[in-house]
Amino acid sequence: MTQITSLDYVVMAIYFAVVLGIGWALRRRMRTANDFLTSGRSLPPWVTGLAFLSANLGAQEVIGMGASGAKYGLATAHFYWIGAIPAMLFVGIFMMPFYYGSKARSVPEYLRLRFDEKTRTLNAIAFAAMTVFSSGVSMYAMGKLLNLLLGWDFDTSVMISAGIVLAYVLLGGLTSAIYNEVLQFFMIVFGFAPLVWIGLKNVGGWSGMTAKLATAATARGLPEYAYTNVWQGMGSAATNSIGIEWFGMVMGLGFVLSFGYWCTDFLVVQRAMAADSMTAARRTPLIAAVPKMLFPFLVIVPGMIALAMGDHVIPAKLTAAGTPLMDSLGHVVLDYDLATPMMLVKLFPTGMLGLGLTALIASFMAGMAGNVTAFNTVWTYDIYQAHLKPNGSDDHYLWMGRVATVGGIALSVAAAYVAGAFNNIMEFLQLVFAFVNAPLFATFALGMFWKRSTGHGAFWGLVAGTVAPAIHHGISLAAGAVPGVKGGYFGAFLRYPSEMAQTFWTAIAAFATCFVVTIVVSLLTAPRSDAELEGLVYSLTPKPVDDVRHWYQKPSVFALAVLAGMVLLNVLFF
Amino acid sequence: MSGSAEMDLRFPIGLLFLLLGAILTVFGVMTNTDPAMYLPSAGVNINLVWGIVLIGFGLVMTGLALRATMRRTRRGV
Repeated sequence: MTQITSLDYVVMAIYFAVVLGIGWALRRRMRTANDFLTSGRSLPPWVTGLAFLSANLGAQEVIGMGASGAKYGLATAHFYWIGAIPAMLFVGIFMMPFYYGSKARSVPEYLRLRFDEKTRTLNAIAFAAMTVFSSGVSMYAMGKLLNLLLGWDFDTSVMISAGIVLAYVLLGGLTSAIYNEVLQFFMIVFGFAPLVWIGLKNVGGWSGMTAKLATAATARGLPEYAYTNVWQGMGSAATNSIGIEWFGMVMGLGFVLSFGYWCTDFLVVQRAMAADSMTAARRTPLIAAVPKMLFPFLVIVPGMIALAMGDHVIPAKLTAAGTPLMDSLGHVVLDYDLATPMMLVKLFPTGMLGLGLTALIASFMAGMAGNVTAFNTVWTYDIYQAHLKPNGSDDHYLWMGRVATVGGIALSVAAAYVAGAFNNIMEFLQLVFAFVNAPLFATFALGMFWKRSTGHGAFWGLVAGTVAPAIHHGISLAAGAVPGVKGGYFGAFLRYPSEMAQTFWTAIAAFATCFVVTIVVSLLTAPRSDAELEGLVYSLTPKPVDDVRHWYQKPSVFALAVLAGMVLLNVLFF
Repeated sequence: MSGSAEMDLRFPIGLLFLLLGAILTVFGVMTNTDPAMYLPSAGVNINLVWGIVLIGFGLVMTGLALRATMRRTRRGV
């Protein structure tokens, strides 16, 4: 266990004081329910852009990406360079005009405007459950980690971090959450950049790391480039570290999961909807895409360095009895989630350690606050106002928003105590997203770009698209897994080389089912008139006019530049 | 209302990093004679180096915020 000194605590205390101070400074601005829940559409794009990124910088990003970096190497960057970036550009250029232009206050509310009440309610309930769950997983991970690293009491860590998030969200609502997310973004960048620098220095620079990882790859029966290249070896599941072939990767991760998450998840879209103009809203995900593109070097590389430094850095996963866990072949199972935290502890002296730990805790809190602010809006507008009390006063909904904030955090704490069966948080979250998010992109894409799609079509498409992945998961099993929470509960009819492959194909099943069922049911039911769909469907909406002075300030030009950067990164690390 | 008119976020960010940077720099200078402390960080006095980096970033952020405030005052807003 690491001894941290009072200096480290001082660094942490200063950060938390500023976080709470921002909430305190904003408290007088929370006059209406919209101020509290949607920031009254008032924020500049650089703020919403960094918050868009930061809201996703929770546990699954910093810890999970480090874990995957140690487990799969640079191939994890697929989550960025074929996953997130194209989806972020798509939502900014093509989808934001409808989210922002329709004046909807949430993503489920867009579904009501475009389709009907039942589709919105289905999405709202699924989303609310997912946010609470994600937030709980994040809290659990943090409590466990701080206990392991610093010997802090699990309950105390959970209660204190939940208390701080509760305080600043209650005081300043979404604006406070967004402002703090921007702060957290810089904390994470400045806390982890020196880790990468010192880490690389330790293993002999990038070339030293490549050489060491080549040895590690060969030792595990993989080609020597497996940990340091993204595309080589993707021709077959046997020649890459993730255990999936390129088609499942591009379709499952690049198309279905990433578009499902970045284009429809209210947690991130909410940040763009808080922007002060249409152009600002469209720029939000584009601005976020620039740092996002470089994040693999910040969050994945520490895990790769941990792997390159040798076996002693990543500790073994322990059984309940405290002995190292063994797999079926008698090898020790490593606790990859500890790769990044162990790097912090091993490489940073006191002082810097405080900064690094603060950055880590900041990342957990960013994720938690993001989930809570999305939850309270969806609960208040899409569940409470829609079904429980339709004609309340604005003051009443402001009050409800605050109650929902407290309730959401209380439920997350409860979820934190339930979470914890998977050895890799990110795969667990990806699995949840596969059930809930994967079919969503089919619904939104058809809703926005095919005016013939109907409410009944969307609803039954979503239902079928959520049942399908559950069935697929139930009949498939990854190599080495036992039937149960990892799938195969209806019998292992389909075998996948890795859990990641199973997850991606589960997502593909969800998307394809939702897409087909929505189209078939839509064609069998009555469409809405064109007049009703104006502003909600691509072909019936005037193209947005960019209020910019020069051609190079246009969102589309910006998006092309980001796309070129993404292609370059894929080529450089091919 | 524009978000920056009532509260320029660059101020708290800048001040936070100035303060953290100053603490790390002072501590880095104080411990500069203790090479054993910096063995794990590949021999780099990371507190000193990174403290200076944070101060630089803090200055840029507060500088941008101050410039924006002065422009607003000049325009009489």
